[in-house]
Amino acid sequence: MIKIAKDSATPEKVPFWLDTKKRAILFQFFTLAMVGLLAYYLISNTLFNLEKQKIATGFGFLHKEASFEIGESLIPYSAANTYARALLVGVLNTVKVAFIGIILTLIWGTIIGVARLSTNWLVAKLAVIYVEVMQDIPILLQLFFWYAIFYETLPPPRDALNPWAGIYLSNRGIAFTIPEAHPAHLYILLAFLVGCGITYAIRRWARRRQERTGKLFPTFRVGTAIVFGLPVFTWLAFGAPIEMNTPKLAGFNFEGGMAMSPEFIALLTGLVLYTSAYVAEAVRAGIQSVSKGQREAAMAIGLRPVFVLNLVVLPQALRVIIPPLTSQMLNLTKNSSLAVAIGYPDFVSVANTTMNQTGQSIEGVALIMAVYLFFSLSTSSFMNWYNKKVALVER
Amino acid sequence: MERAVRSEELKPPITSIGPIGWVRKNLFNGALNSILTIAILLFLGRVIPPLFRWVFLDSAWLTTGQACKQAAGACWSVISTNYRFILFGFYPYEEQWRPLLAMFILFGLLYYSRDRKHWKKPLAYAWIGGLAIMGLLMTGGFLGFKSVESTQWGGLPLTLLLAVFGLTAAYPLGVILALGRRSKMPAVKFLCILYIELIRGVPLISLLFMASVILPLFLPEGVTFNKILRAQVAIILFTAAYIAEVVRGGLQGMSRGQYEAADSLGLNYYLTMRLVILPQALKIVIPPTVSILISAFKDTSLVVIIALFDVLKTTQTVLSKPEWMGFSREAYVFVAILYFLGCFSMSNYSRKLEKELSAGR
Repeated sequence: MIKIAKDSATPEKVPFWLDTKKRAILFQFFTLAMVGLLAYYLISNTLFNLEKQKIATGFGFLHKEASFEIGESLIPYSAANTYARALLVGVLNTVKVAFIGIILTLIWGTIIGVARLSTNWLVAKLAVIYVEVMQDIPILLQLFFWYAIFYETLPPPRDALNPWAGIYLSNRGIAFTIPEAHPAHLYILLAFLVGCGITYAIRRWARRRQERTGKLFPTFRVGTAIVFGLPVFTWLAFGAPIEMNTPKLAGFNFEGGMAMSPEFIALLTGLVLYTSAYVAEAVRAGIQSVSKGQREAAMAIGLRPVFVLNLVVLPQALRVIIPPLTSQMLNLTKNSSLAVAIGYPDFVSVANTTMNQTGQSIEGVALIMAVYLFFSLSTSSFMNWYNKKVALVER
Repeated sequence: MERAVRSEELKPPITSIGPIGWVRKNLFNGALNSILTIAILLFLGRVIPPLFRWVFLDSAWLTTGQACKQAAGACWSVISTNYRFILFGFYPYEEQWRPLLAMFILFGLLYYSRDRKHWKKPLAYAWIGGLAIMGLLMTGGFLGFKSVESTQWGGLPLTLLLAVFGLTAAYPLGVILALGRRSKMPAVKFLCILYIELIRGVPLISLLFMASVILPLFLPEGVTFNKILRAQVAIILFTAAYIAEVVRGGLQGMSRGQYEAADSLGLNYYLTMRLVILPQALKIVIPPTVSILISAFKDTSLVVIIALFDVLKTTQTVLSKPEWMGFSREAYVFVAILYFLGCFSMSNYSRKLEKELSAGR
């Protein structure tokens, strides 16, 4: 008896290679050592090679003069500026195309997704064909195609197509009429933002009041009136300036108005048409995921159609739609890097030129990766936050 | 008796069955749908006849570039004259039957693998053998076959090669990464998460740049390997991260009971995974894996940017010749049809498979 008790008190010593915990530590140590050795090997090779080719390392080149022009830029830029500024121009161009692209994609993708579920056979079939064709052709090929349409099919500026008053289509891009610059514009924009803020506050207040008293408030109508009414009022207050800035042919291109380059339009068209096929699939899946019973139950308790959609269907559908939508928005941003192939000066394109001129390829690729990682991580963290907000709260 | 006969005679009204009923139910049910139908029909009526004329009636099929410029319609001669170059690139003209044969072997294998009843060990050996034969056919240099440098490879074979080898090599790597991400060992888990998120956060093109300009710097002096292989490495590294996420989804779908059952049998980690978890998890994720194959196939077109002669680049080369300048639409439509056929058959297959697999459960 005593002997057995003694045995169980001091268990048989396990050799360390059979102890799972120790083995795990050993294995991890081994893995880290391997990765570390590999990294050391690659880095030492690289340093040796760089030294031999006499390429300086580091980001010092950013302060040197870029000495190349960039076709379009949101901020003032000339060839005399530094590489850092050139790269900033590239980042802004990427943001520009991604931002406009995401908005258009959301709208167009939702339309297609809803069309796929239409009871109209023709509409549904056309939407299916659209989605299938767009998903099965590489985005790069689509970009080349739209770009070719622009520079091969459209006429030169002097016989530009004029499908609508004030809009000119030519192989130099699209030029269209915009209101003449006026100090009122800034205040109109401010009024719009203030209107949005007020509407948001009203919506919160109306929600709280409804929860307390059950009284409804026509938030949508009042909100619309404020959001659009305030800017119109501001515009009137400034004497309703209606001067327009119309593009006019000057030499080989248009002057005045607002112009968009063929590269930008081809990139935007390609990205939007391609990504919206995926968005449409996500929207369709989300709407289909809400069971019929939910809609019927909501109607049975006497909710109006608007509330059925707003309070019952959409909150449930959005929960399914948002995760795939996030990854599609990120895909659009990442795919905008293909701009380099058709000559739109996005970040990758500018970084590529920089790499070619300075030979700082490692720094260049590192910058590209860092910028896109920043886009990805910030978008996905925002979307995670939003997702958490709309996620199912289980009791 | 009489009643039975009469009820037989009572048929639904003609307007709710047959073609008329179908049209009413599917095209004109309600005011909005009627308007939409009419608008779409008007639009199609405006667009399709001129398009048809452009594609078929006014088009030039077997002419020279000069004659094409006279034609009012599409110039398909750009394809019919240059299809050998578009499909095979700079591969020596007399030897182009070799990549063609290699492609046929690949299509044959793919076709044979469609049926799930054939998914057994011999098929795996057939694939290994087939891939080896394809590689040998492409390189040559034995039995009197002329040796062809990989710098001369191009066109469709290159596209398929990058996609198929990319996925084959990325698959095991992806499975390992997925297992690592689910591991209880913090260091391993951290490394796998870092890799997966890093790769998924950056565009493929940055990896291709890395492969074409930085990879040579990583290697010791004197060691070089060719551009195609470097692009292949980038595609493998990229695809592996996406496969890892798909496989992780499958692993998460496994119930705890499976792990516990394996534990209670006394299986170690390796055997648990190999015999119990992975066979089930990988089966669940076959359809999303096919979608990754589709995107890998489409993504190979990005090698254009680092100047590899895949099918898109050979097309552009043809279009840059003065004789064929200005016929981009026709040429790109042709390449788009090639890609569409490939991707559409794969996505169709994936849907069919999904149905089959969910029916078995």
